[in-house]
Amino acid sequence: MGNQIVVPFGPQHPVLPEPIHLDLVLEDERVVEAVPTIGYVHRGLEKLVEKRDYKDYVLIAERICGICSFTHSVTYCNAIERIMGIEVPARAQFIRTIWMEYSRMHSHLLWLGLTADAMGFENLFMNAWRLREEILDDMEATTGGRVIQGSCKVGGIRRDISDDKLGEMVDHLKKIRPLLEESNRIFTHDQTVRHRMRGLGVLSKEDAWDLGAVGPTARGSGCDMDVRSSGYSAYGELGFKPVVFTHGDCLDRCLVRSEEVLAAVDLVERAVAKMPDGPIEEKVKGNPDGEYFAFSEQPRGECMHYIKANGKKNIVRHRVRTPTLTNIPPLVKMLEGIEMADVPVVVLTIDPCIGCAER
Amino acid sequence: MSYITKSPWIIHYDGSSCNGCDIEVLACLTPLYDLERFGIVNTGNPKHADVFLITGGINEQSRAVVKNTYEQMPDPKVVVAIGICAATGGVFRECYNIMGGVDKVIPVDVYVPGCAARPESIIDGVVSALGILEEKRAKMAEKGGKKQ
Repeated sequence: MGNQIVVPFGPQHPVLPEPIHLDLVLEDERVVEAVPTIGYVHRGLEKLVEKRDYKDYVLIAERICGICSFTHSVTYCNAIERIMGIEVPARAQFIRTIWMEYSRMHSHLLWLGLTADAMGFENLFMNAWRLREEILDDMEATTGGRVIQGSCKVGGIRRDISDDKLGEMVDHLKKIRPLLEESNRIFTHDQTVRHRMRGLGVLSKEDAWDLGAVGPTARGSGCDMDVRSSGYSAYGELGFKPVVFTHGDCLDRCLVRSEEVLAAVDLVERAVAKMPDGPIEEKVKGNPDGEYFAFSEQPRGECMHYIKANGKKNIVRHRVRTPTLTNIPPLVKMLEGIEMADVPVVVLTIDPCIGCAER
Repeated sequence: MSYITKSPWIIHYDGSSCNGCDIEVLACLTPLYDLERFGIVNTGNPKHADVFLITGGINEQSRAVVKNTYEQMPDPKVVVAIGICAATGGVFRECYNIMGGVDKVIPVDVYVPGCAARPESIIDGVVSALGILEEKRAKMAEKGGKKQ
């Protein structure tokens, strides 16, 4: 048995776009234990509800994270709308769903790129980000923003998408679909990728369940859990099926995401085909009074917004439970027993979004 | 661009931003914008870096990290604060854990506006920073010359 040494990993580290700190206890080259420290991005924005009007707060809820931004604003609005009993028009629900799926595509492509970068596959990194820009182009054309959209509001959405534009978006997706499939094929078939990720950082189905893994991390371990199955927004009408893989290693977590990109393309196409006509927002009067837990499936997993209001324009309590925070205990489990050189890849496979986790 | 005599390397740190500006910084390095064609490389090592890109406001825990990273960079160096949060704290300025902009901790040379800052404006900011970097280098050379 060798001596134990502690190697600090982060907060400022080349593979981490965001700061998280891990103390890795090593025995020779193997990780025995990983101790995470967080708090580098904590802002305390939940407490801002006391200073902002509940309608203005949508914009702050959106800035919990710059990647899942649209999903956060929709989840927050869902909670407020349920408390106030507002029926959101069907067209608004469909357009929200389309934008949520666009967020998922851009987030997953971003992540596939970063993972490729972490294992030293620079070409794949560049390719994934090139495809991501195509997705962002449509996002920007319809919402006006690349990563922060500001297009969701309590009672509906701020901007409509014309039917012509919806057709153009579908045509564009049809064009880039072969490119997405080609980049997915690299993940499924390339020997370098398989060699690097197959059998690495295994999380069993039981562990995933017990440690509270969510999103692609849980679905890569065979847990069939996806909040979209509950049919919030327009998902109930689109025939949604979760993508599940069973090995629980890095490669399967990766495949879940690459398959989900294509599934998101299908969902957008189906949503456009079924797009109803009608208004895009419902007039909102008065203030919320009551409490509600709203759930949604972010690109990274299940996200919960809890809101408690007392009939004043400021909400009493806003609590967010984000997927990355719940995925940190499974991450610590995955890191046990792997080699030091594999740590960056394994850390990235939970798709850490520290901005979400610490708020 | 004649003032770029050497390829400047950048280092990026996320103070306490929402991630929006961070991914836009990364987007600058990827095929559509491709800052690397100017010889600008994103390095993870502060001792190799000339330009410090920082996103987001500063909180109690990240203050030491930002200061430490800045102090490890060799002179001449420039700091670019990206996004409104890095300039003033932005929408989070009233949060209990945000001290304000980056200039509360380290001197800032260029402020890039936007929430999130667009890649075009980030590139513009970096290019203006290169001008300042060149001025600082010239000043250092002048000072060094006098000493001898």
